[in-house]
Amino acid sequence: MKRITLKSVTTEAKLLLIGIPVLLWTIIPIYHMVLFAISPRDQATSGRLWPKNPTLDNFAFVFRQKHFYLEHFWTQLGNSLVIALSVGILTLAISTMAAFAISRLKVRGGRTVMNLALFTYCIPAAFLAVPMYKTMGNYGLLNSQWALILAMVTIASPYCIWVLKQASDKLPYELDEAARMDGATALQLFRLVYLPLMVPSLVAVGTYALLLAWNEYLYAFLLLSNDASLTLAVALGNFLSADDSPWELLMTTGLIYAMPPAAIYYTFKRYMVSGLTAGAVKS
Amino acid sequence: MVFVVPYLLIFLVFVIYPVGYGLWLARHPDSYVRLFADPIFPRTMINTVIFVVVSVNLKMIVALLLSGYFLNTRWWVKILAAVFILPWAVPSIPTILSMRFMLNPEWGIINTLIFRVTGMDGPNWLNDPTLALSFSMLAHIWKSLPFWTLILLAGRMAIPAEQYEAASVDGATTWQKFKFITWPSMRSLYLTSTILSMIWTLGDFNSVYLLTGGGPADLTHVLATLGIRYLRLDQVDLSLASVVVALPLVLPLLYFMMKRLSK
Repeated sequence: MKRITLKSVTTEAKLLLIGIPVLLWTIIPIYHMVLFAISPRDQATSGRLWPKNPTLDNFAFVFRQKHFYLEHFWTQLGNSLVIALSVGILTLAISTMAAFAISRLKVRGGRTVMNLALFTYCIPAAFLAVPMYKTMGNYGLLNSQWALILAMVTIASPYCIWVLKQASDKLPYELDEAARMDGATALQLFRLVYLPLMVPSLVAVGTYALLLAWNEYLYAFLLLSNDASLTLAVALGNFLSADDSPWELLMTTGLIYAMPPAAIYYTFKRYMVSGLTAGAVKS
Repeated sequence: MVFVVPYLLIFLVFVIYPVGYGLWLARHPDSYVRLFADPIFPRTMINTVIFVVVSVNLKMIVALLLSGYFLNTRWWVKILAAVFILPWAVPSIPTILSMRFMLNPEWGIINTLIFRVTGMDGPNWLNDPTLALSFSMLAHIWKSLPFWTLILLAGRMAIPAEQYEAASVDGATTWQKFKFITWPSMRSLYLTSTILSMIWTLGDFNSVYLLTGGGPADLTHVLATLGIRYLRLDQVDLSLASVVVALPLVLPLLYFMMKRLSK
């Protein structure tokens, strides 16, 4: 049994003195969202910190698409999902291949490709948005979901290549040499040696790209305009265009939209944190 | 070589071409004359500098302090650390809209509580340019603080514990430990993080657009939202000119980052 001393009580108090404000700061905007989602319409703005009659009616409302703004809820949720998955898979394929070539095959010009990718990574995405919008117009892709998918792959892949390259530099080269001695081609090396060893980093990177696409607002709202092809992110933003928008439904939809990424994040937390911070700490 | 082709294609078609095309569309000196003549523009430049300098430094200092806090292994600090990640793990649209509702002058929870306690009406938060920009900065910090805390926490955990133990034996104070052990090994990471955070903060569209929409009266725009504003008004040349004007701010940071990252 640990003895409770005056000193240990003071330490605990000091820790709480920081911990409580940190907790409040973090949780208030999210709690406010939850509060709206479980409040009946007429009580949503009553200023109570817990609704008198908590209800799940708002969720039923959203799921049955019973509001002008929610007409396409399921379609838009589906769009978000399809786009996020496509971006995740495409980014994963493109960046794994590039990282493999740069790090393991040591292709000529690999360093240059890495630098080009890093350059893209460092451009603020909002500054590339307008040129990207004009470009998609030129390619005739505006209002097609491909425009958003390709734009997000462009934005997500540089970081993925970088993280994957850092991880694959750490794999022992003897493995490649042994496989080469046994007559493995580059493709076999990639499929049978490289991919299985890289699984943790691949999970981190794939999740990163998927979440980036699911969460994206600016590009989605520039590149898509047809109500039925929008992602949920843009649909949420559109609630703002009217003064009388139903807050409780907006917050309910927002909560539904926020839950999958949070769940994915906490499931893969171990991979995400180590994968994403590994590169940063080195520099 | 085949393995890099897909990425090179993406790079050519969706980075090189847009950047080149954008620069080409922004080539007319006339666009810049009109941009500088727009009264919104100087205000936007000032806002951008304030937004970046204040929120990046505030965020990095707090992240540095909190990363030390989260080294603690008490069970409830671990739980707090998991909760603390939430702003980063959830998309910013619903959470920023939630803040926007909180700040609503008539129905928002903040003013409702102010009225209940004091019997007076609270301020119209987002109708005052200074307050509105400050809240945008807070929203930005709220969203990105967890990420940088994690990065700096990883940096702190890479410092060998023996160094601290040796210092404790020698009777070093907490401040001395920070000054002579933590800071020297974190300085480079802290600087890199600050620069990268500056670049990303320059490109933060959501925190301003979703909270204030650039208002009131277009007084809270930053460069990231101004370009989009011009685009929506169908003034593509002004929009691209505003991005080109930002290059002197971005390029040195970009150069610095490239040197650090490609080492």
